[in-house]
Amino acid sequence: MKKIAGITTGLILAGLALFFMSADHIDAPSVAGSGADITDYYAFESPRNSNNLVFTASLQGLLSPAATGSATFDESVLLEFKIDNDQDLIEDMVIQAVVRDGKVYAFGPTTPNQTGGASTINSDAPSVSADVTPYGSTAIINTANGISVFAGPRDDPFFFDLGAYQAILGGMASGFNDPGVDTFAGTNVMSIVIEVPKSSLGNAAMLNTWATTKVRL
Amino acid sequence: MNLKNIFFFASLLISVFFLTSCSDQEDPVVTPNVDFSGSYALSDQMGRPAINTVFVSDDRKDQFNETEPSDMAAGFSAAFESRLLALNPNYTTNALGLDATTFTSVLASDVLNVSTQGKTTFFDGTNVLTGRALADDVIDVELLLIFGGPDGSSNSGLTSDNVDANDKPFSTTFPYLASPW
Repeated sequence: MKKIAGITTGLILAGLALFFMSADHIDAPSVAGSGADITDYYAFESPRNSNNLVFTASLQGLLSPAATGSATFDESVLLEFKIDNDQDLIEDMVIQAVVRDGKVYAFGPTTPNQTGGASTINSDAPSVSADVTPYGSTAIINTANGISVFAGPRDDPFFFDLGAYQAILGGMASGFNDPGVDTFAGTNVMSIVIEVPKSSLGNAAMLNTWATTKVRL
Repeated sequence: MNLKNIFFFASLLISVFFLTSCSDQEDPVVTPNVDFSGSYALSDQMGRPAINTVFVSDDRKDQFNETEPSDMAAGFSAAFESRLLALNPNYTTNALGLDATTFTSVLASDVLNVSTQGKTTFFDGTNVLTGRALADDVIDVELLLIFGGPDGSSNSGLTSDNVDANDKPFSTTFPYLASPW
């Protein structure tokens, strides 16, 4: 009986590890599965306007279609895109996004009130807001002050045969399968997408960027 | 007053009523009383895909998430190098020509480089680490750099997961991501 319990526990732990891992999953036990969990981060030149950059973070990974309709953004969480434009790995500009009463508010890019792990929202910065797009609705977007914003459920853009990778790490396989199986197929995330003019981020040819979530104290 | 006129005045009254009540209700919307005050403390952070997942040991994942990028190289380069050599004991250099120490010291500062003047891609055969586009096969890039050796031909069973694209096409219009399942 003890042995069976042990095996069951092992299987549950393996299942949890599988569940929480994606491009940034299982990265942090203290945030896994919470509304502050960043599962992925992308930054790229706007496909519609080469003068703009797009920043997007995925929160709350591996939502099934059945779970997506009731998924919400945690309104105590502040999402930030941080931009270092002088190569010292300290942010010179920040874009902040929060959800309040079903609306997303984006501020910036602006000089951060302070750098590092503590933040206050710079609500005097140029801003734009839009309703959070409900599940099943056409994307609700808005543009103001040169900033475009979207928030709502989207297909998880990440793709990876995580199961095969886990099997390799666990010594149960010597290589990937061909074709592989996309572990994230058919699952959704809560996304925030913000597009800003490149000129608002400084003059550097190359930026260092990262995404953070911070929780209201 | 005939019936037509009664209807006319009635509808006029109703219109006035609704117009008045609408403008009353709009006041808070025009000047939203939204509270943005308060202090926020770091919870999660991410630069390049899968770095914390792959290179940071379980007991230090929270610590990595709480370390500012400017302090990451000092705190984590050695551990990243050990992890790389555990994953691939035969590692010499990779397709970027980086030895283990150089490669892991680059990765340990977990920020996503983004070009403001050219193509933004994790790797497209020419441009390296100039951004991360939605369709970039970042896992294959990382597998290739970890397992592929100097010319990308080593450990052929480990250098691609053979999942090359998303399960839904991306859009060329904002917000670019595909609608949910």
